[in-house]
Amino acid sequence: MVQPGHIRGPWTLGLPRFNKPLAAQVPLFSAHVQVSLRSSVLDPAGEATRAAAARLGIDGIKSLRIGKSIHLELEAPDHATAQAQLELLSDRLLANPVIEDWSLDLAETLGGQQA
Amino acid sequence: MTVGIVVFPGSNCDRDVRWALEGCLQLSTRFLWHEERDLGGIDAVVLPGGFSYGDYLRCGAIARFAPVLEAVRDFAHGGGPVLGICNGFQVLTEMGLLPGALTRNQKLHFLCEPAPLEVRPGACHWLKSYGEGEAINLPIAHGEGRYQCDADQLQQLEAEGRVVLRYGQNPNGSVGDVAGLTNQAGNVLGLMPHPERACDPALGGTDGLRLLASALA
Repeated sequence: MVQPGHIRGPWTLGLPRFNKPLAAQVPLFSAHVQVSLRSSVLDPAGEATRAAAARLGIDGIKSLRIGKSIHLELEAPDHATAQAQLELLSDRLLANPVIEDWSLDLAETLGGQQA
Repeated sequence: MTVGIVVFPGSNCDRDVRWALEGCLQLSTRFLWHEERDLGGIDAVVLPGGFSYGDYLRCGAIARFAPVLEAVRDFAHGGGPVLGICNGFQVLTEMGLLPGALTRNQKLHFLCEPAPLEVRPGACHWLKSYGEGEAINLPIAHGEGRYQCDADQLQQLEAEGRVVLRYGQNPNGSVGDVAGLTNQAGNVLGLMPHPERACDPALGGTDGLRLLASALA
């Protein structure tokens, strides 16, 4: 625990208002993971929705499949680490590779800084 | 000799399992809260039905990370008998103790009805008191019980005699009519039907009694 008045590093010397602690800035990444049922897996909910679309008068829908869309923000030291962590997350938690495929879009957001 | 019954937030068949084991079979049980890690004195583990952690994301996807399941995984790898009923079966597949996945019923309906089953016990610890090809009736109650795996995997499971329970009239679209699966060693069984609901004649049948009795046999 940091005590009041404790000197944490050269950037905290002098007047605090002129010395924003740079070390606190960790890059922030914005990610979008799209999870969809593999094409070999039946999607009864998608089929039911397609049938409802026909009742709405839209007959032309040839296929309709329902997936999940997950948006998240992640702090990580660099792009490669963020990418690796999100791939692990997508493959082990957000999607079940036995029945689902996933795709990942990753971008660094404003306020982040490249480490 | 005690059977551990795992309780997740959202489990709802935990008390039914306890009643069947204690009331119908005079076995002793202990509830294992999802945050527990100590399986000391436990001789068999049951993962009951319900909706663990609300089944958010996918059935069993979040339960898989519960602290108690680290201990259950070690217990299973050490040869301890583990039974996953309904949501428990879904959790076992998410944990990777059993292959494949359980998906939305083909016709979308939540099914709550008796299901005729064919038993092929093979090396399964839990089914050793059933005859090869014996026909039994157990109730099912699920919305996501359509067993799914690829054709090669199914062929391998069939060849290894691990499809130990099969639907007589496939209610949910499961590949290969799979109602229950065991692992290679035979100590882990996952099944969608509810044996604990078929342990008292007052409930319409007792075909589940021998299965649960195998816990400590």
